[in-house]
Amino acid sequence: MATDADRYAVASQAQLIWWRFKRHRMAMISMVVLAVFYILALGADFLATSDPQATDSRTSYIAPQPIHLFDADGSFRPWVAGIKGVRDVKTFKLVYTVDSNRRVYIEFFGHGYKYSFLGLETDRHLMTLKDAQRGEGIYLFGTDLLGRDLWSRLAVATRVSLTIGLVGVTISLFLGVLLGGLSAVYGGVIDTIIQRAIEVIRSLPAIPLWLGLSAALPNDWSVTQVYFAITIIISLLTWTDLARVVRGKFLALREEDFILAAELAGASQLRIVFHHLLPSFTSHIIAAVSLALPAMIISETSLSFLGLGLRPPAISWGILLQDAQNVQTLALAPWLLLSAVPVVLVILAFNFLGDGLRDAADPYG
Amino acid sequence: MIAFVTRRLLLGLLTTWLISVLSFAIIQLPPGDFVDAYIAQLASSGSAVSAEEARSLRELYGLGQPFYVQYGKWIARVVVGDFGESMEWRRPVIEVIGDRIWLTLALSFAALIVTWTLALPIGIYSAVRQYSFADYIFTFFGFIGIAVPNFLLALVIMYFAFTMLGASVGGLFSAEMTLAPWGWEKAWDLIKHLPLPAVILALAGTAQLVRIMRANLLDELRKPYVVTARAKGLSEMRTVLKYPVRAALNPFASNLAYQFPQLISGGIIISIVLGLPTVGPLLVKSLVAKDMFLAGTIVLLLGVLTVIGTFISDLVLMWVEPRLRHQLD
Amino acid sequence: MVEPILSVRGLRTQFVGPEGVVRAVDGVDFDVFEGRTLGVVGESGCGKSVTARSILRIVDRPGRVVGGSVMLRKADGSTVDLAGLTEEAMRDIRGPEIALVFQEPMASFSQHYTIGNQIMEGVRLHMGLDKHAARKRAIELLDMVGVPQPSRRIDEYPFQLSGGLRQRVMIAMALACDPRVLIADEPTTALDVTTQAQILDLLRQLQAERGLAIILITHDMGVIAEMAHDVSVMYLGRAVETGSVSDIFDRPQHPYTKALLRSIPTVMAKPRTRLPTIVGSIPHPFDRPAGCAFNPRCADMIAGVCDIAEPPPTNTGTRQVRCFLHGGRP
Repeated sequence: MATDADRYAVASQAQLIWWRFKRHRMAMISMVVLAVFYILALGADFLATSDPQATDSRTSYIAPQPIHLFDADGSFRPWVAGIKGVRDVKTFKLVYTVDSNRRVYIEFFGHGYKYSFLGLETDRHLMTLKDAQRGEGIYLFGTDLLGRDLWSRLAVATRVSLTIGLVGVTISLFLGVLLGGLSAVYGGVIDTIIQRAIEVIRSLPAIPLWLGLSAALPNDWSVTQVYFAITIIISLLTWTDLARVVRGKFLALREEDFILAAELAGASQLRIVFHHLLPSFTSHIIAAVSLALPAMIISETSLSFLGLGLRPPAISWGILLQDAQNVQTLALAPWLLLSAVPVVLVILAFNFLGDGLRDAADPYG
Repeated sequence: MIAFVTRRLLLGLLTTWLISVLSFAIIQLPPGDFVDAYIAQLASSGSAVSAEEARSLRELYGLGQPFYVQYGKWIARVVVGDFGESMEWRRPVIEVIGDRIWLTLALSFAALIVTWTLALPIGIYSAVRQYSFADYIFTFFGFIGIAVPNFLLALVIMYFAFTMLGASVGGLFSAEMTLAPWGWEKAWDLIKHLPLPAVILALAGTAQLVRIMRANLLDELRKPYVVTARAKGLSEMRTVLKYPVRAALNPFASNLAYQFPQLISGGIIISIVLGLPTVGPLLVKSLVAKDMFLAGTIVLLLGVLTVIGTFISDLVLMWVEPRLRHQLD
Repeated sequence: MVEPILSVRGLRTQFVGPEGVVRAVDGVDFDVFEGRTLGVVGESGCGKSVTARSILRIVDRPGRVVGGSVMLRKADGSTVDLAGLTEEAMRDIRGPEIALVFQEPMASFSQHYTIGNQIMEGVRLHMGLDKHAARKRAIELLDMVGVPQPSRRIDEYPFQLSGGLRQRVMIAMALACDPRVLIADEPTTALDVTTQAQILDLLRQLQAERGLAIILITHDMGVIAEMAHDVSVMYLGRAVETGSVSDIFDRPQHPYTKALLRSIPTVMAKPRTRLPTIVGSIPHPFDRPAGCAFNPRCADMIAGVCDIAEPPPTNTGTRQVRCFLHGGRP
């Protein structure tokens, strides 16, 4: 008991936060889930089994195909079923279906489409097919109307959607810390103007404005240009929460005795801000950021879903879900809804993580 | 109190002005002026615009003049109810929007009512019976509500209704009522169709408010005045409802003010998935088609509705909070 | 001998948490008489406030009264054990029989209702008065406790009043249903010295007029000396010494009582002398020392006795002490 108390008394702020955070089981699990997602996103191309952009009318709407691990003789030799063309007796059209008699074997670390990983040109993928005929592939999550492999598309989309959140939050964070900080440090007229601006922005309906602004982006912009424009548009309306957190914490901390002590000890204003104030609320900012990220991701997904966010050939969660927009399509190819699973998982994980961090951010509370 | 109302009113006017500038900016944003776009549009549909007509249109909207002059000319017409003409529909914008704006309002308002009626009792229950089984269930649904974007929820519900019931759950009216003139019967039909989209729309906001209510009430329940009330011999139910719940209503109500813009926003996406005849689908279609007068007007109207909704919520807040009433005098 | 109006025996209240059980009140005995004031004194955290709440059974969760009896003699002479009453019957005790005055008048009022509303609530509930009659009574009560312009003040909110006025209103609210026992839990701690004296005067005056039995909870020996007839000294959830004020102040027996009395500053003291303090601090409730709870801080501790067994209550005349120095040696 006594040793515990001692340990508590001499621990650094970071240690205290970590101890407290560890007690939130859901937050810990969420952190692992998010780490896995970001690692997957980094290796998206490596995990993709076929080119996410390659269309093939023969493979339109193929249902998810399982990977069989063992061959007929019981040896470990993963394979998937091939496809074959069958002539429809009524329309005489060639229709492609799964041929469960044909086994196409999987090769690990084989060659596939070319991509660059951290500046390195390569064509190695985790799984490719050996001796595949045209149109055959590892359709773990099925294919869409244009015959593109959903698993590969989802891997690449995850990268886009997860990074758009990070870029957006960085911009929001910059605006939030700058304006929230200015508001708190200078007070007076500046504070009033910034606070009123925040109130006004918070009472704007976000989606119509986002839609309007993103619709106005020129059609001839490249995917990258649109990507950055969209992040900026989203960030412009979402920095307000962060600014409020920063300002509130700044004001509360300024009244603390240790700040007075630093002032009396002759520390400069700058030193107080960077040496004393910022470290004391970094944890709060991290918590606020992890709660702002899911909002960012939902915004991008919604915009792209409506066809006014990122534009094909870009691939993001919203763009994948756009294909699942109407019920008739869904009834035909329900696996298209699989794109929703990572969205929900990631947002849920960010919320749990943010909650855990927020509780842990006040280690003495 | 008057100071508070005045402040809110001024803020509302400021917001409205900002929204009008943004709406006009949206109209202006596409490259080239919109008379060019208009002419191109008409030309593609086979009819031509005379040079004179084009000139008079340019004159009318002050094209070629600085932004603020153009804005001034536009806003002067908007104030008297002239929102311009939709290029795609070749009809005045206001006619195209028609009663869609009121249906948007009805949907948002219904969702607001759902939010209130669900969030309040659930939040109270979860706090009073903290860590009970029901509290965990509500917390779980709360996280789902926050994590699942509402268009996804709408999509999933549509899918299950379609595959399991074979029914389409979209729309705000029955087929035979869609074109019927307004009357009691049509209004009743609307009321019957509103709950499902309203609940889907309200879920995220409800989940947020339940969390706020639960956290605040847990704080309030520990305060000394609760003990005072118990010491007076009040029943537990009455103690909780009269005192801590009352105190926890304040942050709840001030948050409610920000629910309205979110509902208006969310309503747009939901309407598209569920095929509701609100301004949502119209806005997206007009933006895709670059029918900017229509789009700008819808953004403007939605913004103004939001300002009004927020102002009303502020009045509610003031009514709930006696401290605000007294200290601001 | 006069029968006590309230008689507490072996009262025990525990808080069960994930870290263990805290025995906040662990065997408290005392009697309260009509027209007399019992002072309950002790350092903060010794279980005084929990005792007050345990009597009315309004301890916050996870606290629970686990034992003992609280005998209340009603106006008709019959006696009930509050520990055995149903929750519903208990509600009729809170207010009309026993009322509480709290430490922080600001926090103990709701800021969302007028003071009139909060006073009238109990009146209407227990006395069955209509709105009009209840309002009239509330104004009378405010007048009685010395609130100026009661008919105007009644419609004000607590945050509009000064600290002293708020405590007067709190007393008016407690007296609303004519209780016979008033428990005042540190009623003057949050007030400045002049206001403190006024509030104590008011309590004394009300007691003289109505024959109230008062339980006055405080950490201030000075307040006890001024106000109380009897005193019960508490340490770590136990009443260690109970008796009349004059008796205990003249001849304290328990070492803790002696230490408390020594630590009162007096004007008679030589200048620039140090005020004696009690060695050490109250142990953490989870690590209650074995034997007599006071033994680690006690100057007269008998090794091999006080740190092994708990001293039983020993009665000598009108006084009860729990100390091996004064009987009960094993």
